[in-house]
Amino acid sequence: MSNAEMLIPQVGIVTDIRQDTPDVKTFRVNALEGGKLFEHMPGQCAMVSIPGVGEGMFSITSSPTNREFMEFSIKKCGCLTTFLHQIEVGQKVCVRGPLGKHFPVESEFKGKDLVIIGGGIGIAPVRSVINYCIDNREDYGTIDVVYGARTSKDLVDYREMIEEWSNVPGVNVHITIDIEEEGWDGHVGFVPNYVKELNFSTDKTVVMCGPPIMIKFTLAGLLELGFDKTQVYTTMELRMKCGIGKCGRCNIGDKYVCVDGPVFRFDELDELPDEY
Amino acid sequence: MQRIVDKINELFANGTVDRVLGWKVGEFSYDRTPYVFTKEGGLDGFAYDSFCANNLSKYLIAESRKEGKVLVLLKPCDTYSYNQLVAENRIKTENVYTVSIPCKGKVDVEKLKAMGMTGITDIVENGEELTVTTLYGDEKVNRCDVLCEKCLACQKTAKECDEAIEGEAYEKPHKDRFATVEELEAMSPEERFAFWRKELSKCIRCNACRNVCPACSYIKCVFDNDNSGIASKANTDEFQENMFHIIRAFHVAGRCTDCGECSRVCPQGIPLHLLNRKFIKEINELYGEYQAGDNTESRGPLTSFTKEDCEPSIVYEKGGK
Amino acid sequence: MLKISMENIDKLYAAIKESRDLFLPIESAGQVQFAEYTDDAVVRLDVLKTVKSAKDAFFPQSEDLMEFKVCGKEIDVIPPSGDMKEFVIMGVKACDAKSFEILDRVYLKEPIDSYYALRREKGLVVVQACGRPEESCFCNVFGIDATAPVGDVVTYLVDGTLYWDAQTEKGKELTEKIASVFDNADANDDAKVEASKAETKAIMEKLPFANLDLSRFNGENMMEIFKDERWNELYKACLGCGTCTFVCPTCQCYDIKDYDTGHGIKRFRCWDSCMYSDFTMMAHGNNRNSQMERFRQRFMHKLVYYPSNNEGIYSCVGCGRCVNKCPISMNIVKVIKTMGVTDNE
Repeated sequence: MSNAEMLIPQVGIVTDIRQDTPDVKTFRVNALEGGKLFEHMPGQCAMVSIPGVGEGMFSITSSPTNREFMEFSIKKCGCLTTFLHQIEVGQKVCVRGPLGKHFPVESEFKGKDLVIIGGGIGIAPVRSVINYCIDNREDYGTIDVVYGARTSKDLVDYREMIEEWSNVPGVNVHITIDIEEEGWDGHVGFVPNYVKELNFSTDKTVVMCGPPIMIKFTLAGLLELGFDKTQVYTTMELRMKCGIGKCGRCNIGDKYVCVDGPVFRFDELDELPDEY
Repeated sequence: MQRIVDKINELFANGTVDRVLGWKVGEFSYDRTPYVFTKEGGLDGFAYDSFCANNLSKYLIAESRKEGKVLVLLKPCDTYSYNQLVAENRIKTENVYTVSIPCKGKVDVEKLKAMGMTGITDIVENGEELTVTTLYGDEKVNRCDVLCEKCLACQKTAKECDEAIEGEAYEKPHKDRFATVEELEAMSPEERFAFWRKELSKCIRCNACRNVCPACSYIKCVFDNDNSGIASKANTDEFQENMFHIIRAFHVAGRCTDCGECSRVCPQGIPLHLLNRKFIKEINELYGEYQAGDNTESRGPLTSFTKEDCEPSIVYEKGGK
Repeated sequence: MLKISMENIDKLYAAIKESRDLFLPIESAGQVQFAEYTDDAVVRLDVLKTVKSAKDAFFPQSEDLMEFKVCGKEIDVIPPSGDMKEFVIMGVKACDAKSFEILDRVYLKEPIDSYYALRREKGLVVVQACGRPEESCFCNVFGIDATAPVGDVVTYLVDGTLYWDAQTEKGKELTEKIASVFDNADANDDAKVEASKAETKAIMEKLPFANLDLSRFNGENMMEIFKDERWNELYKACLGCGTCTFVCPTCQCYDIKDYDTGHGIKRFRCWDSCMYSDFTMMAHGNNRNSQMERFRQRFMHKLVYYPSNNEGIYSCVGCGRCVNKCPISMNIVKVIKTMGVTDNE
């Protein structure tokens, strides 16, 4: 595919907007003629833009097994995302993708027990993995989802986790919030500690995404439990413009997050400068 | 230079200062890089000569916020920039030890190159004469013919510093700093516009003029701020080419000390100092002679109000000056 | 080989202009840049270095990518027409010519950048051997021969005569079209050109940076160089301006921005500089917060990261523009000299 096609977006239409938390909305996007704009794999991203406002890289939250639409869970934090939070159903958006490498769901993950850890909006990129594995249930072992947020209101996809994921055989959902609150009878505590408490057996493969501080301490906890860095995957986020390895800003050492990532295994990151 | 070195070593030894903001020798006999020398590291590579044109005062915004006391070497023109920065509360003066040093004007190597002296391997100064050794032969030039633009009209004498190192008497060049401004004023609007279009169309928006400017000391410039609505990295059209520099000139008006660094660093040789000098000339005419950075107390004419202030539009409508 | 006297050189320009756009080093307001040739242009083939490099021809400082019509919730994308007139860029020196190869490795790598590819396809490069290298030149360090630049046509400017030697099919095709303006060069001319080349080569050997040692940048010690304490010394005076980036023939980073023209939205790209504080700025933070990190990125990219992805080829051609233009005289030569040796050497 040439860059003209890669830099020139397709136009999609927002067909549903769901308010997940006070600052996260999930946008459903369809091609104008219905269906999806393009196919992707779990962990891949797309550049979403509103001309005149901006363009940004977002992970595709929906699973490729969803044949009808794509979803993006987007937290309001900058110019473009603030604008997106004001749009209504029927708004056209520009999308280009799929961009980047996906999680190795078809190779390394196959047949493995998976632990999928998310913190805050960090659930967005791994939600695709969870749904993909649930939809191809026989290809994977047990799936443990550990998800934490500051408060119960900040839990993205909470309803889906409780109503759908927990009911799938072999799928366990562990939810935690940072501080106690009234009416919450679930676990309270930070994700890294919770992961240690859950004391997963070290033959599992781990996928995690969340704020840098959560990643740092969760990784340390996993290593303490006896996990190896080659078993732990994450997905990175850096400033991107082109999304195709040309514009030169999302590099970590000699790797570009947009084409060599965003999915990395921790042993790969070890060989790179810690500029992320 | 030896007297400067001796003074620094004395101040290092008696514990007055911990660091020195000066210039370091480079790869050629003419390239000098601003550098912070430390007591521990010593003055290895220190230089002060005809090629130390950089105004060091702006570095003090960061340097004065570090632990310990930093000595700064200020040429006469730089003392004005220093004062202006102090007046604007940008420097923590308690951490700074100022030393004024003599200056006979700095040599602009670009001028040598423009005269055809390329492949320069050495430049030796002998009084008012420079011997330039190049890969293609030696040449001699008069020092006064190759001074930096900013030095040609410099009439500044050093402002008060913690310490002053005097130099030998030196007759400054007598170029009237407003001469070119007056030439531009005498042009028809069309000619003047054509002049500036030709100059400003060379701009590559590298921001060197802004980043070197002691008056552009803001933490975040609007042109860098994505949320400002006017952020821009490239000149998308002629209007932007013009406006970036005009807005910048407006922004530093009344605060610009005419240090001339903007023009000196411009990779495209745009005479940006002329915009600033136009403002200085106007201010002088409308509010009386004013030199930014003359002291650290007075407020500039554009930031203070008196009932006697003229109303520029009215003055010009009446045909007055 | 063909030749034309510099006295008649306008005839050559006019002949090329008949079928193509022509870009030449042209002087305007005291500076020489590659610009489109017009009848009143002051062409300066004798000038060694234009301020900006020749990369604008294929990777312009700013370039429209597409347009959008936005109306309420509706968005229409108007892709570029893809039309472009063939053009000739003439007077390109060996260093800049080599930089095209370095840019090709980024922009013509899959997925191909079609904007760049279109310009490469439509553009014909007439290179010119250097006659008077400067103290800041160090192309030979990167294996470039200033007297044997690579292009569609090689030219030599010797004693008021321009010698013209087509190299590629593209070059030969153009030469046939404009053959009438040339005379044939003879053995005597060949000797003149050879003598001039030898003269330049002798100077090249005497250049101050001729023996710059790149051996530490061997692709095996990325982390060691990255963590080197001496970056903290080198970056200190850096103003964070983009001069080095914008005069550099190999700097390839760009930004994509939208511009409201009043009649629609134009999406364009423009050169960007990793020296700028907002280069990696995101809504929630910046992974290169200090000028040291940004400074280090620029040189790591040229000397370590790019070679690591491109078979050891450095992203520098030794044109020396940054050496000439940096407001504080910090440049890749000083970085190579400082970082190129380890403490125990």
